[in-house]
Amino acid sequence: MAKLVAGVTTSHVPAIGAALDLGKADTPYWQPLFKGYEPSKKWIAEQKPDVIILVYNDHASAFSLEIIPTFALGCAAEFPPADEGWGPRKVPTVKGHPELAWHIAQSVILDEFDLTIVNNMAVDHGLTVPMSLLFGQPQEWPCQVIPLAVNVVQYPPPTGNRCYNFGKAIRKAVESFDKDLKVMIFGTGGMSHQLQGPRAGLINREWDTAFLNNLVTDPQKLARMPHLEYVREAGSEGIELVMWLIMRGALDEKVREVYRFYHVPASNTAVGHIILENDR
Amino acid sequence: MTTPDPFDDIPGTTLFDAQRSRQGYHLNMFCMSLMKAENRAAFKADEAAYLQKFPMTPQQRDAVLKRDWNAMIGLGGNIYFLAKLFSTDGLSFQHVAALMTGSTQEKYAQMMLDGGRPVDGNRSKSEWKDRG
Repeated sequence: MAKLVAGVTTSHVPAIGAALDLGKADTPYWQPLFKGYEPSKKWIAEQKPDVIILVYNDHASAFSLEIIPTFALGCAAEFPPADEGWGPRKVPTVKGHPELAWHIAQSVILDEFDLTIVNNMAVDHGLTVPMSLLFGQPQEWPCQVIPLAVNVVQYPPPTGNRCYNFGKAIRKAVESFDKDLKVMIFGTGGMSHQLQGPRAGLINREWDTAFLNNLVTDPQKLARMPHLEYVREAGSEGIELVMWLIMRGALDEKVREVYRFYHVPASNTAVGHIILENDR
Repeated sequence: MTTPDPFDDIPGTTLFDAQRSRQGYHLNMFCMSLMKAENRAAFKADEAAYLQKFPMTPQQRDAVLKRDWNAMIGLGGNIYFLAKLFSTDGLSFQHVAALMTGSTQEKYAQMMLDGGRPVDGNRSKSEWKDRG
């Protein structure tokens, strides 16, 4: 049977991808950030997941205002990197896992999480930057990826509670899949940042730290947090953090914190990253 | 809306809600068109003529031509769509964020290196009264 073994959260700042792609990773500005991901790269190289369910948000790349799905699951065999206006990132095409993806879709829809099935979708920096942070710059990604795009651009996004329970349904779906697969789930975006208007540049280290702590020990408290608190305390784009709760819902109630990293700034954003393993 | 929206009390912040999405639909779809290289070329060749292809309001077209980012947001623009426009101009997210705060790029970048804009004093419009 498939087994969900671990969860990873990380910010997905586009400038991180640009820094890697343009060979700036060793500059004084970026070096501390990439150094913070070295232990994670080592960890995931040892863990060798077969499949990653990667929760992220599309930034007006695959979805414009024409169609706005709240949850969209990529069921295709592959997903090309999106052209976000300056040409696609030169990263490998993402290989999907259609069989598991369709199984998840069927399972969670019958569990009343009515997601959108997507068979043709380009993936933007929201998905490719976390891949680069964990796997560096290989010719091919070393595992298959099931993209799960969440709307956090158009209000209202899903509630934290909905995301947390959705994670639980995904766990149930994965572990009823009749093949031996080692599966991980990534929750991406955040942490505190605001990209728009006169309050742009907001960073709230104290709030971010409490969020990371609660993510480990008291995710149900986070699941009750209203959107208003995210926006006021973590900035308008800090709302992306609801996606981390999908990851957390898919893990055991008690988890082992393997690694944590926090860094300010990456462009306009506070970067947060945590690795959690199921205890069994 | 009959009750006050608590999000409106957050200073310097515009929520991309249903009303703004309806108001900004064509402005944002214009930005989306700039994802294609040939459209970027056509826009750069004659901005005003290109904007006529989209049923936007005169105020929205004017804000685009002036690159008044805060005005575009006030007229229903969303930052991830506006990103297509400033990428066409060759500007970074951080550059445009600095412009929207009324700061210079250098001062804004330094603020970020120093830990960013603090949340204290920036939670409620009542704290921004003195800023005029």
